[in-house]
Amino acid sequence: MTPILFVEQMLNGIGYGLMLFLLAAGLTLVFGIMDVMNLAHGSLFMGGAYVAAQVHTSSGSFVAGLLAALAVVLLVALVLEALLVRHLYGRDHLAQVLATFGIILVADDAVKMIWGPAPLMASAPAALAEPIEILPGLPYPSYRLLILVVGLLVALGLYLLVNHTRVGMLVRAGASNRAMAEFMGVRVGRVFSGVFLLGAALAALAGALMGPITAVQVGMGEEILIPALVVLVIGGIGSVRGAFIAALLVGLVDTCGRAFVPMALRAVLPPAAVSDVAPLIAGLAMYALMATVLAFKPAGLFPARG
Amino acid sequence: MKSSFFPAAVATLALSFGLNAQAADPVKVGLALDLSGPFAVGGAEARDAINLAIKLLDNKLGGYPAEFIQADTAGSPDQARQIVQRFVQRDNIDFFTGPVPSNIALAVGPVLFGAKVPYISSNPGPSQYAGEQCSPYFFGLSYQNDTWDEAAGQWASDQKVKSAFLIAPNYPAGRDHLGGFKRTYKGEVVAEVYGKVGQLDYAAELAQIRAAKPAAVFFFLPGAMGINFIKQFVAAGLSKEVRLITGPASAEEDTIAAVGEPILGLYSTSPWSHDLPNAANQKFVSEFRKAYGRYPTFYAAHAYEAIMAMDAAVKDVKGKVDDKDAVLKALKAANFASIKGSFKYGNNQFPIQDYYLRVIEKNKDGVLTNKTLSTPLKGYRDAYYTQCKL
Repeated sequence: MTPILFVEQMLNGIGYGLMLFLLAAGLTLVFGIMDVMNLAHGSLFMGGAYVAAQVHTSSGSFVAGLLAALAVVLLVALVLEALLVRHLYGRDHLAQVLATFGIILVADDAVKMIWGPAPLMASAPAALAEPIEILPGLPYPSYRLLILVVGLLVALGLYLLVNHTRVGMLVRAGASNRAMAEFMGVRVGRVFSGVFLLGAALAALAGALMGPITAVQVGMGEEILIPALVVLVIGGIGSVRGAFIAALLVGLVDTCGRAFVPMALRAVLPPAAVSDVAPLIAGLAMYALMATVLAFKPAGLFPARG
Repeated sequence: MKSSFFPAAVATLALSFGLNAQAADPVKVGLALDLSGPFAVGGAEARDAINLAIKLLDNKLGGYPAEFIQADTAGSPDQARQIVQRFVQRDNIDFFTGPVPSNIALAVGPVLFGAKVPYISSNPGPSQYAGEQCSPYFFGLSYQNDTWDEAAGQWASDQKVKSAFLIAPNYPAGRDHLGGFKRTYKGEVVAEVYGKVGQLDYAAELAQIRAAKPAAVFFFLPGAMGINFIKQFVAAGLSKEVRLITGPASAEEDTIAAVGEPILGLYSTSPWSHDLPNAANQKFVSEFRKAYGRYPTFYAAHAYEAIMAMDAAVKDVKGKVDDKDAVLKALKAANFASIKGSFKYGNNQFPIQDYYLRVIEKNKDGVLTNKTLSTPLKGYRDAYYTQCKL
């Protein structure tokens, strides 16, 4: 293995991890603080991707697509929170899972109705079509660099928000002991609404950024929800820091599984066996990581609640 | 009163019998099309081409009235099997064509063969039907699945491409297609990578390609997988050093429209191309463009040809489609001008035909499309025909 390959795969893994973080951060805020299991989070991600792709192709401006995605998804989240999610606070998780699963079904059909069943082909902005040579002999797609930068900035912003602001203090208080926070006079309802909208905005941002790398299609929200939930569990529910570390871990493990497992196996097994076994191991890597972490820390790496 | 009534009644009866005889007569064709589900793009192409062929033939086959019954498989083998059972039991079809994927061909084949209905395949050419499970009722009009990859391997060898990196999704067709390439490729295969079916992010695989420094990459990634792979391959700057080779499934108009400019310079092999200079093909392509305003894909081409094959066979048997032996003989004779240039059936009823090498360029009107460059395999037959006992 060359150092270049190693560096490139690390960047790929971190990039994927940061995307997962944008999703998982929203999930963990909503679940950890509001105690609402929101499966429809993936649908907000899908909505962001569709709106961004649509506005980008019709206006020609990637930034306009991004802003439109944020605006539309925030609006949808506002309505969703007022009409449905608000009534789920304090209900048991089964009711929340059923209700938000219903939203997934509605969202998928609504998207099919508006955009049809065929995937949209979002493209990266033309200015970022060419790769940038970040190291000698390693040109890296500039769009993926953009994702890395945005992901890190959001992580930094969330860190500051949660750890160094009054809102963040209320959020942390709510996450670690909800009953006590309420008792101390935190206006829970307003914090909840704000947290839900913040989570929705992060999902929309992730969707809009992921669109040009994958395809914008019906069901993309459910696909990415599974790794996002794995991140949530590994990181410890309610902890933004945990979500960040766990997302990077999952991103790296998944990418390394696909990249290095076949290479390592090729050294010891015949090629035919490698092509049978390697995809299986790569597919399982993420779950193996989760199982290992939970075996030693059943509440995740950085549990917010005692 | 009585005397005048009788002849009139006889005349009416005779007339109605005549009409009945005509109404019962039309040649019935069952069309199971993948109009929704994962193969909907290919299914829509097939449907458009079939409708065009029906229009050009004026709703007739071989000059005899015909009835075409269309149904949507939704890309599901189970649903397709039910449709075909209905076609066979209720509609009494005389011919069958339509499905895009091999797994549906394998699911519906036994039903059709049992009912002695000829199945003219407009796309899938599974190796099973070319070899041990070959049937006198299956006509692999399009190609055997491995052959376009064999053509690509042959061309890469001819070009002295020293090393190749192979990539496909991890399912049976993925393995078959890469197997086909390896059968004829004489250079070094540096790696054979299988990704998830439906995978859309290829960052990890592209990094491996960069590290392996192959002279060429051969891929079989149908649908959105190929579209994303090509885009990301170019965005990673690999297209400057590594030649990209594929089959028609990732190099036709649907993919070109989705990828845009980055697809320039993509090499592919195919038994058909829209610019083949024969008269039958030029007529098909210009009629298709007139009707739909776009170039047809290979899905459309083979679906159109399937209807033309039925037309020729019905003409040969003079409309007597109940004489199964005569129909099979007529189908196998393939008395039509093929849009593929060269075409005839081998013993296993799969084609002996030419395979072309194309590259995607801007044509003189500034449209991104395929241009045929050469014929790496001439009069080529698949690798399975010796296993067929026909």
